[in-house]
Amino acid sequence: MIEAVGLTKRYGAKTAVYNLSFQVRPGAVTGFLGPNGAGKSTTMRMILGLDQPTEGHVTISGRPYRQLPNAPRQVGALLDAKAVHGGRSARSHLLSLAQLSGIPARRVDEVLGVVGLQEVAKKRSKGFSLGMGQRLGIAAALLGDPQVLLFDEPVNGLDPEGILWVRNLMKQLAAEGRTVFVSSHLMSEMALTADHLIVIGRGQLLSDMSVKDFISHNSADFARVRTPQTEPQQREKLSAALTEAGGQVMSEPDGALRVTGLPLPQISDLAHSADVRLWELSPHQASLEEAYMRMTQGAVDYRSTADQKSGLMQQPPMGYLPPQQQIPEVPQQGWYAPPPPQPGQNPYAGGAPVAPAAAPQMPPTAAPADLTKPEDAR
Amino acid sequence: MASVPAVLRSEWTKIRTVSSTTWTLVSALVVTVAMGAALSALLKSTFDDLSPEEQLTFDPTFISFSGMILGQLAMVVFGVLVVGTEYSSGMIRTSLAAVPQRATFIFSKITVATALALAVGMATSFLTFFLGQALLGEHRTTIGADNVLRAVVGGGLYMGLIALFSMGVATMLRSSMLSLGILMPFFFLVSQILASVPKAKTVARYFPDQAGSKIMQVVPDAMGSDKAPYGPWGGLGIMVIWAAVALLGGYLVLKKRDA
Repeated sequence: MIEAVGLTKRYGAKTAVYNLSFQVRPGAVTGFLGPNGAGKSTTMRMILGLDQPTEGHVTISGRPYRQLPNAPRQVGALLDAKAVHGGRSARSHLLSLAQLSGIPARRVDEVLGVVGLQEVAKKRSKGFSLGMGQRLGIAAALLGDPQVLLFDEPVNGLDPEGILWVRNLMKQLAAEGRTVFVSSHLMSEMALTADHLIVIGRGQLLSDMSVKDFISHNSADFARVRTPQTEPQQREKLSAALTEAGGQVMSEPDGALRVTGLPLPQISDLAHSADVRLWELSPHQASLEEAYMRMTQGAVDYRSTADQKSGLMQQPPMGYLPPQQQIPEVPQQGWYAPPPPQPGQNPYAGGAPVAPAAAPQMPPTAAPADLTKPEDAR
Repeated sequence: MASVPAVLRSEWTKIRTVSSTTWTLVSALVVTVAMGAALSALLKSTFDDLSPEEQLTFDPTFISFSGMILGQLAMVVFGVLVVGTEYSSGMIRTSLAAVPQRATFIFSKITVATALALAVGMATSFLTFFLGQALLGEHRTTIGADNVLRAVVGGGLYMGLIALFSMGVATMLRSSMLSLGILMPFFFLVSQILASVPKAKTVARYFPDQAGSKIMQVVPDAMGSDKAPYGPWGGLGIMVIWAAVALLGGYLVLKKRDA
């Protein structure tokens, strides 16, 4: 059990973490999400007693980390994959850590096997790839068979097989009743691994709930309804009928209707009784990624701009024609996250997350008012 | 709480499993002994060219230790790297997460490294003395002569203290590059040059290396060297104070700052 109360960390004028309170419970994988620079790593370092909080405190099993008896046997952490002396072999590195807490050398070979590094155990870690470094870091975390585990972005640099392995490892560790706290900036990864989510943005708590609740709280489920384009009056008629029945109806740029608050069968019934034919009636669910993007929109510190290449523009080679720019027909109008399907795209394709591509188009002002709070609080 | 013997064992594993330990310590020994031997041989052949005053205060023990001027630099590199690579590699976060008691961590690390430096320093000191004396021929002294054993043991202590001082500085500066950039020119150039400038001499004789190296002289103020207001042990004491201050500073920095 990790418990943070009013955790605040300031570096000079910059506040990295502000008034963060949360609990990480045993027996579940708790995801710790936030955009780059949100304060995830700072929080993890404070949990491990590496950084002293400016205000507030954080405890593990009721004690500050520095006062834990034999900390390596109780808490295992992967902070930084490359936090290893490059000239030392993987095995020597782990052995030096094992000796600190009276862990036998046998255990070192065991964890090397668990993370799949036994082949390179005698090699200097200087030559390790990022993925191998991550595996070594995970081995160090597992070394003391601890009840509390912290992983800072464990899947960075891992191959698909490695990602799957980490995912299963986390779940297995949690199933054994351990406390597992995993940070990531990828919602899609957390959706598959975590049971509980703690989302922060600009060092402040945005959300602390189970993954299931997170989806139902944040996803904007809607139905897309399309009436024959040749008969616009049918569209008006249906729109009125749906609004009367208590649904919210919005027009999409291409003439389809976006309906929220009504189940699909009822929409069909209403259309039938209003004598309107439907060309499309499809369920849509916002992915977790979309919900996360929407939530952290106002809290993204590092936003990319278009590369102007001023003064660096080179003549394109002879015969090169720049691709036709596609002009977006209508700017994003509402608060809803998923964009309308682009022309030519199969509207029934579904499944593929569309939000990442759409994100840069969204003006920051589209963020809901409550998400701009971190600004005001400073 | 990580127990001190466990941390000592762990630090010993850390120090023996990197190659920089081997090459810095081996070069400290080889450079000191080789240069000491070369200068001893040179002085034997040019002894008659020395001025009468220099001949009168000829100190065969001190001559055989001439190699320390270069050899100590390898000790500085050893001391700096032992601490500095923790910071440059990021290992410090892993180490401090494993040993949250920072005093235990840093003093265990420094104890292990200093013990090793001291052992190598002693070996170097005895080796360079005996080889130097063998090459000095008729001008030699023996280990049984007055104060000679003190000078030879002092030479080993001097090397250990140089490494210790460097570890303290590296802990304060938290960077190998910065520490080497300051310590190397200081010991190799600044200290040596200031010690031969008339006015600066009075300050320079309190520098750690200038004060500490007095322990290696058997003949006081040998070979026209500067008269010091402290004895051989006094000089070593000054060096100990320097090392202690550097260590204290390093500990306070480590304790106060975020890793």
